[in-house]
Amino acid sequence: MAYFIQQTMVFCIPLMIVALAGVFAERSGIINIALEGIMVFGAFIGVLTLRLLLALRFGPEQGQLLLIIVIIVTIIMGGVFALLLAYASINLKADQTIGGTALNLLAPALVLFLVLMINQQNDLNIDSKYTAANLFMFFLEDFGLEAFKNDTSFLGVIVNVLFNKLYLTNLYAILIYVGLSIVLYKTKFGLRLRACGENPHAADSLGINVVKMRYIGTIISGCLASFGGFIYALTAAGCTSNGDVAGLGFLALAVMIFGNWKPVSIFLAALLFGALKCISVGYQYIDFLSFLTEWNISSHAYRVLPYFITLVVLAFTSKRSRAPKAEGIPYDKEARY
Amino acid sequence: MENYAIEMLNITKNFSGNLANDNITLQVKKGEIHALLGENGAGKSTLMSILFGLYRADNGVIKKDGEIIDVKDPKDATRFKIGMVHQHFKLIENFSVIDNIILGAETTKYGFILKKESKEKVKALSEQYGLHVDLDAIVENITVGMQQRVEILKMLYRENDILIFDEPTAVLTPQEIEELLKIMKNLANSGKSIIFITHKINEILSVADRCSVLRKGKYIGTVNISETSKEELSEMMVGRKVNFVTEKKESSPTDVVLEVENLCVSSGRKGKNSVNDVSFKVRRGEIVCIAGIDGNGQSELVYSLTGLKKINSGNVLLNGVDLKRLSIDKRNKLGIAHIPEDRHKHGLVLDFSLGDNLVLKRFRENQFQKFGFIKKEEVKVYSDQLIEKFDVRSGEGAFSIVRSMSGGNQQKAIIARELDLNYELLIAVQPTRGLDVGAIEYIHKQIVEQRDAGKAVLLVSLELDEVMNLSDRILVMYEGEIVGEFNPKETTVNELGLYMAGSKKQTKEMK
Repeated sequence: MAYFIQQTMVFCIPLMIVALAGVFAERSGIINIALEGIMVFGAFIGVLTLRLLLALRFGPEQGQLLLIIVIIVTIIMGGVFALLLAYASINLKADQTIGGTALNLLAPALVLFLVLMINQQNDLNIDSKYTAANLFMFFLEDFGLEAFKNDTSFLGVIVNVLFNKLYLTNLYAILIYVGLSIVLYKTKFGLRLRACGENPHAADSLGINVVKMRYIGTIISGCLASFGGFIYALTAAGCTSNGDVAGLGFLALAVMIFGNWKPVSIFLAALLFGALKCISVGYQYIDFLSFLTEWNISSHAYRVLPYFITLVVLAFTSKRSRAPKAEGIPYDKEARY
Repeated sequence: MENYAIEMLNITKNFSGNLANDNITLQVKKGEIHALLGENGAGKSTLMSILFGLYRADNGVIKKDGEIIDVKDPKDATRFKIGMVHQHFKLIENFSVIDNIILGAETTKYGFILKKESKEKVKALSEQYGLHVDLDAIVENITVGMQQRVEILKMLYRENDILIFDEPTAVLTPQEIEELLKIMKNLANSGKSIIFITHKINEILSVADRCSVLRKGKYIGTVNISETSKEELSEMMVGRKVNFVTEKKESSPTDVVLEVENLCVSSGRKGKNSVNDVSFKVRRGEIVCIAGIDGNGQSELVYSLTGLKKINSGNVLLNGVDLKRLSIDKRNKLGIAHIPEDRHKHGLVLDFSLGDNLVLKRFRENQFQKFGFIKKEEVKVYSDQLIEKFDVRSGEGAFSIVRSMSGGNQQKAIIARELDLNYELLIAVQPTRGLDVGAIEYIHKQIVEQRDAGKAVLLVSLELDEVMNLSDRILVMYEGEIVGEFNPKETTVNELGLYMAGSKKQTKEMK
């Protein structure tokens, strides 16, 4: 059970943070289909930074500080990468779907190219002396809770979920998620951002700078997606960057639409998709799902499951969901509407 | 010297050779309702856009309380306490009323919005001025009248003292108009200065203190309402005498041309028809008018008659022929002329020449083609005839690109094309939308002439003046149903208003 919950979180956390990335862009009026590309880029930047810092012998002893520095670099570079989308969609008034698709094509190509330059092979790792786990992971022992090691009672499961094999990135992600959700709904900035995605002409007539808000929305989006990409690389891909994040960026888009552009619903949607993804890759190890192994169905069938269910769920729910009204439409002051 | 709250002195604005404002002066006293009257294209909107900071004047100054101010953008306008209710509301539809009011002028602490304080402030304002709104309602769920009150509260929340109302009554029912005018008077009494843009002279007479008139970008004059009359104002506006009442004889309807029985048109949403069980007849030699507030199924009714939308159930007979399964082309050939509601979408091909647009329904006739090739010469001759007859003005006659023409002349082009068809039934939707008094007078005369020539006319209009003036019978539509039938001589605008708002309804037997 503890394994199931933890593995679910491994997928759920990047999904929700990247879906929130989508929310910030789209609520400001910019469709960010480039989430996947930015994730790929973020994963690369994160792994690269970590590798360089370790090579500089900055490191093993200050594990958590190292992690924070890597995260900050990743976030900043994600924002910079998203500027490409912002400039194309806001200043050049390009079609945002095409601009985003271009970034999705650019990111893996660029990353693979750089990886090859740096490492002369198809993926980029950190020095094999280290692993993400021994650098950053917390175990029960670190909290003096080793008594719970094999405890399967309710309390034991909870303690194991919270304190065993813990990456602080998950906590940071949850804090950022909650914080930004509050910003979106309770602050002046959030209100204005959302106004720009719904009716930029109205916002403009009230003295709100639509261009500025859309830039900020897209940059925040890039920061979050990049962070999400790094979390994925760290927790699910063993600190490797190879120009791929297993379609998580697109899955996050689906989560965002399924969650109706609202943080609470998105969290629930991410949880659902995370659980499915977890089941699909690790059902053999989940105690209460042993029947799935007994059915003797090819494991590939289960691997398809999350993507298949995404399709089905979206087919049924996208009719009811309501996208920000002005998303995808370049803001033109003179246009009549 | 008198003290003015806001003055615009000698304003000139030139749009690439087109003088939109030519040395215009507007002086508004504190606490007065100052009407700004003019036809379309007279320069009212340009002048107000300059005051609100959307355009900059080439020449002239703006003074507030005697001091020169420089309004560069709407933000500046807000700073100088100038507020505007735009003709098309600037509201965020899925935000709550309170969020819409505070947006852009939020009261915050550490960046967090102080909802409770804002709500109390708005509540106090709404009580002070009698502006009832539901603060927690979502804007898309409230009535147009309430949306307008939200717009007014937005200005009051910003403590604006110069309030601009741009054609505020166009979207309201008669009852809502009355309420709005009352609110405007309240606001003026409490010391706000109001600029009221309109081309409805009756409203000016009932609420304004003074009125400035513009014509073709020029300032014509300012008059005290107490010393003027409807006739004088309209003459100032148009530049000649205008007949308000279209002269027409009693109608003498003969055979039924259009017969609609139990017509239903689906709205595409579950459980709701946009036209629901509608039955009526239109006879030769009469004008039947469908009145109602925009969005109550009038458009869908017309779409289903002309073929733009599918008829879900019921019968539509034109001279006894069932139209239900016929294409738009076949319906036209059977004799439907259609002046559509949206002239850009359904009326004209904007990037074609005027001449091509004028033969758009007839180019397949032998007069205009041979072996599928258009006879350009014939088209030119024919369209020149129409252009002259209907006085359609444009830069290059038949060769002008329609997009470059003014809205009024585009409308005239459609009317010319449709009325010249050899038709049985004329369906005219908002035929005078956006036109000025002079053009309206002309089009009304044309429609009455068509009736007298024995055509059947189905008119759909949102303007009650037009409804009362033209029709021989009035049907009121509310939420997709016909809720009443009236004789214009025996009813009043107020009674129609009650039916249009759904607060009254005739039963089947009464009809």
